[in-house]
Amino acid sequence: MTDFRPTILAFCCNWCSYAGADLAGVSRLQMPPNVNIIRVMCSASVKPEYVLKALSQGIDGVLVLGCHIGDCHYMTGNHRTAKRMPLVQKVMKETGLDERRLRLDWVSAAEGEKFQKVVTEFVQEIEKLGPNPLREVSF
Amino acid sequence: MARIGVFICHCGHNIASTVNVEEVVEFAKTLPQVVVAEHNLYSCSEEGLGAIRKSIEDNKLDRVVVAACTPRTHEPLFRRTVEIAGINKYLFEFVNIREHDSWIHAKEPKEATEKAKKLVAMGVAKAALLEPQKEGESSVIPTAVVMGGGVAGLSAAASLIAQGIDTHIIERSDRLGGNLATVDVIGPEFASSSELLEALVKEIKASEKAHIHLASKATEVKGFVGNFEVSVEKDGRIEKIPAGAIIVATGAEEWTPSDEFGYGVVPGVITQMELERRLAKGPVSKRVAFIQCVGSRQSGREYCSRICCNTSLKNALRVLEGSPDARAWILHRDIMSSGTAPEHMYRLASEKGVRFIRYGLEHPPKTSSRNGSVAVEVFDVNLDEYIALEADLVVLATPMVAREDSAEVAKLLKVPVDKYGFFLEAHVKLRPVEFATDGVFLCGSARWPGSVNECVSQGMAAAAKAAIPIKKGKVTIEAITAQCDVDICAACGNCVLACPYEAIEIVETEGKRHAKVNEAQCKGCGTCVAACPNDAMQQRGFTTQQLGAMIDALVKKALEEAQ
Repeated sequence: MTDFRPTILAFCCNWCSYAGADLAGVSRLQMPPNVNIIRVMCSASVKPEYVLKALSQGIDGVLVLGCHIGDCHYMTGNHRTAKRMPLVQKVMKETGLDERRLRLDWVSAAEGEKFQKVVTEFVQEIEKLGPNPLREVSF
Repeated sequence: MARIGVFICHCGHNIASTVNVEEVVEFAKTLPQVVVAEHNLYSCSEEGLGAIRKSIEDNKLDRVVVAACTPRTHEPLFRRTVEIAGINKYLFEFVNIREHDSWIHAKEPKEATEKAKKLVAMGVAKAALLEPQKEGESSVIPTAVVMGGGVAGLSAAASLIAQGIDTHIIERSDRLGGNLATVDVIGPEFASSSELLEALVKEIKASEKAHIHLASKATEVKGFVGNFEVSVEKDGRIEKIPAGAIIVATGAEEWTPSDEFGYGVVPGVITQMELERRLAKGPVSKRVAFIQCVGSRQSGREYCSRICCNTSLKNALRVLEGSPDARAWILHRDIMSSGTAPEHMYRLASEKGVRFIRYGLEHPPKTSSRNGSVAVEVFDVNLDEYIALEADLVVLATPMVAREDSAEVAKLLKVPVDKYGFFLEAHVKLRPVEFATDGVFLCGSARWPGSVNECVSQGMAAAAKAAIPIKKGKVTIEAITAQCDVDICAACGNCVLACPYEAIEIVETEGKRHAKVNEAQCKGCGTCVAACPNDAMQQRGFTTQQLGAMIDALVKKALEEAQ
């Protein structure tokens, strides 16, 4: 699978991580072109169903990026994300999905470089994991 | 069936030099419900906006997708444009193919073009499901509350009162003036602080619009922009003040060292505020050494407190004024006296004989008692050798730190603080002095250690901002708030617990219990949506159907690519 090019979905919150991704762009930080962003107002609005829907249809990996704990635009929204996403990973594990296909991280509006790092690392990790096995089923 | 128009922006070379715009346009034309796809050299130029408006008219579009830069800067412009052309502004969808694509995949034009197609497909899928929205409106109580009676709060209050707005000043201590009341001379102009404070207080007290609450404390804040209710406690009695806007001006305080540099151990080692109190009474000792950055710009408290260098410069000059044979040293790590007047004060201090000695964190100065004086040993990093001084007073320039109760105030108002406890404004440049929470504003050292003139101008700025909703008499609410589908709501209350703004309550209508969102209080974070097990709670503009369609569109495009 040398030519495996993962398709990755990212949820970015409007205030921190989406702005961090914008900053990465403004700073012309180069990174793999596999990550496609859906903008949400807060990472806490990302339903577990979205993650599972994407993965069950063969998306190779899902990133959920929020504000750092303590910096949430909505005060404590990301506390919920921090609790919720590990639970989603648990469900993934139990259903036979590699939980590494979901990554939760924090990127502030000032962290263009962190965004680049997270994206690059995650793409590399997914490349190592190979295509989502559910890809065969749904594609 | 929707009639969607897709407009792909070249952004000059910014997008077009990487992404094959024409190819994306052709792809967009194949997407469901897309009636027309065009490209513009600059979509945001008058020419580009005109082309979009014309296309809306010619093709009878009812949805518009623009693929260009970031919605964080340009969404308002395009929303206005579609509105002019007769489309509800919530039927517009923005796709970012510049910051999130062309700029970060500059060397992979083919992949960047494929990614642009994916993002456009996702945007179109969402656009097809967008619904027109009506922004809510609510009335505004024409009263302001200013928390804190220091120079920032007083400036804000004076400005509000001058605009005819009833203003309540809530001050925790039994006097007005804050930190400035301790200081008698303000640098770099060596102006009288009491003159400034007295003028402000006189102006405020002369107005019947002013309501001053001393030795008082806000204990509860309910409501939302335009309709707050602030509970103020004094002597165990609670008064409830209805207000349209709130300004936080709770200030900061000098950090008290434990035993750094012999504080509390070596007699004659004092803090800057203690020196200010002594200077207010008259000339002090003849030999004074200032140590800068005590407890700041180092691990644990990394920030620069900004005002301490100027304060030491001012006070060193005042020491020299006290007597012809007086001496002053400033032991610093860097002198931070930016700006024309402070830089002038620094030069003046050099000319008048204040000695500057630079030390490093590896060899901090040491103090000890010797014959009734304080002996100071400091390693001068410029000379690369130790210097011994003898001083009557050693003044520790410690940073301003957040007040202990800042976390409490933050909780009360549901506004954020940074890791040092200072309040965080909505945006440093775009929305300074405003919190992300509508109707709550910020000024002075509660935000960050500020000089007197910064505190005054921030106070005035916060007052100007706070006066906007009050003078308008109404506020509009962006239509991204949550809504509950009463039919499928099971009244489980998960959303009530999840909401960071207490905007949801369980009510009963016609015998059925269900969640109800107070629209004016809802900030549109969508936390309740993810907490709802029934999909009853939906955020307008970010519904589960809309985001689900985006995911499906991405899957579909990835599938096509894989084949």
